[in-house]
Amino acid sequence: MKRFGKLFMALTFAAAVLAGCGTGSTTTPAAQDQQQPAAQPADQQAQPAATSGEPVTAVGSTALQPLVEQAAKDFMAKNAGAQIQVQGGGSGTGLSQVASGAATIGNSDIFAEEKDGIPANELVDHKVAVVGIVAAVSPKVGIDNLTKQQLIDIFTGKIKNWKEVGGADMKITLVNRPKSSGTRATFNKFALDGNQEAEGITEDSSGTVRKIIAETPGAVGYLALSYIDDSVKALKLDGVEATPENIATNKYPVWAYEHMYTKGEPTGTAKAFLDYILSDEVQKKTVTDLGFLPITEMKVERDAEGKISNK
Amino acid sequence: MSHRGMEGSAVLAKNAAEPAVPLQHTRGSSMQTRLTKRNRHIHAENVIGRAIAMLCAAMLIILVLSISYFIASKGLATFFVNGVSLKEFLTGTTWDPEGEPAAFGVFPFILGSFLVTVLAAVIAAPLGIGAAIFMTEISPAFGKKILKPVIELLVGIPSVVYGYVGLTLLVPFIREQFEVLGFSVLAGGLVLALMILPTITSVAADAIEAVPQDLRNASLALGATRWQTIWHVVLHSALPGCLTAVVLGMARAFGEALAVQMVIGNTTKLPESILDPISTLTSGITLNMGNTIAGTPYNNALWSMALILLLMSFAFILILRILGRRKWASR
Repeated sequence: MKRFGKLFMALTFAAAVLAGCGTGSTTTPAAQDQQQPAAQPADQQAQPAATSGEPVTAVGSTALQPLVEQAAKDFMAKNAGAQIQVQGGGSGTGLSQVASGAATIGNSDIFAEEKDGIPANELVDHKVAVVGIVAAVSPKVGIDNLTKQQLIDIFTGKIKNWKEVGGADMKITLVNRPKSSGTRATFNKFALDGNQEAEGITEDSSGTVRKIIAETPGAVGYLALSYIDDSVKALKLDGVEATPENIATNKYPVWAYEHMYTKGEPTGTAKAFLDYILSDEVQKKTVTDLGFLPITEMKVERDAEGKISNK
Repeated sequence: MSHRGMEGSAVLAKNAAEPAVPLQHTRGSSMQTRLTKRNRHIHAENVIGRAIAMLCAAMLIILVLSISYFIASKGLATFFVNGVSLKEFLTGTTWDPEGEPAAFGVFPFILGSFLVTVLAAVIAAPLGIGAAIFMTEISPAFGKKILKPVIELLVGIPSVVYGYVGLTLLVPFIREQFEVLGFSVLAGGLVLALMILPTITSVAADAIEAVPQDLRNASLALGATRWQTIWHVVLHSALPGCLTAVVLGMARAFGEALAVQMVIGNTTKLPESILDPISTLTSGITLNMGNTIAGTPYNNALWSMALILLLMSFAFILILRILGRRKWASR
């Protein structure tokens, strides 16, 4: 009987904790649709005027996750009452969850319009950063530039050896992302002009992709600029290097926006947080530190169809 | 809770005792009352205990049923909502859910799952059963003190660590030995073999230990050598248990995702040899689930793959039940 008593106490306690989480969301309508985060930081009780106490959940893109996490940490340090939960899960998860109202903010590497099954007109896009994507090879391949046609021929499987494009006598191994990946979609659209890639190794995580490119002789894949280090060689495309300046003017065309979607216009903490990410403080420091390009520096604008216009 | 239980039993005891009071006014009656009271108390405790145990069991059953229902309803949508034919799904070899036209052939994934699982079992079964024989028949002292804890330690290593070790050591090794890519069915099978080795070893060791000592004694008394005893008598009677061990290991291998995904390369092309890269059902799901939108044909197809995994694990459990029954029949 004693044991049952303990079980009862545990259940009561759990119920109390859940109820306690529930009371957090009171003020604004935007707060009503949230999933309750599993664990909440217990040390934040003060309620400053700028933000309301409802927790904000930002779910989705793993590429964008480090930036949002860092910004959330800084934001919460400045606003003692704010609660922001950042989770990964992939762009698809982010878009699904924000569309269904399960998350306040959906992080995505691609436009909502590019994914079927998402009511893009209900979502409000907040472009927070730009990421450059480069073709990368192992340094042993011995090339540093490819023309777009060469790149297409390599990825469609027409060119099978690096010596055909002036490199070492090595068999080419493709390292792809999964078919549903946002990085693959961007690379396919702007570097391969939509040509279907040949079959190759498929890995999802950028870290694993970099490791494979670095260690497999003759491997070629594509990585976000932030993942390029000394172990792999980033290739120029048609002689243009993927520098921030070249991307800002679209001279180097393989780049993508990092989006943070909200369902309807954001309110309360979510709005304050999005404003904070777009502030100079984050754009000039955190964004650049983590290998992204500040959205504020872009000289051109691109819409969901890929049309470029000057800002 | 305990108070309520006691109150209830007290009331019950009182009601039951009442008719007895006018009939007998002896010391025995009060003793009887006390005893019934006690019995009722224990009885009430039993009822409550049983109710809670049944509640837990019911919750488990509901959980299993609702998970099965959830996966089935999502997984069957591919066929009923998106109109993909079951035959095309199971036997098609082209996987391009977002292509024009979309193709949903998951045969390469199914084949990959079976290939790595069978390869892992072929490698791990002799090693595991061999280790089990060593642990129980040849050197029980060393086996129990050192080998068993070491093997149990292998269970505790997270699968991502196995995958990373495989990616760092095994893949380059295969690449240099065979002059291929390295990401291959072989790499996946080897990593899985290591992962299911502890399962096979410990279950097989239990089965071998359960063989009655009389059988060994009789065999030795007939003049059989130690090896003949182990091979013909002990292993023979422990065979259903050893098969159970292998099937349990295969069930684990079939469902493993992360470690396999890191070393098999994940191509949806059909492999020509065990040195070619391949995809499994689990790696197909983990690589794509986060990037797809709930409710789209792509996402539903991934659920259908999950449904296949679920059905396979049912099949493995069925095989285990049949093996378990055979064990009794042979005794």
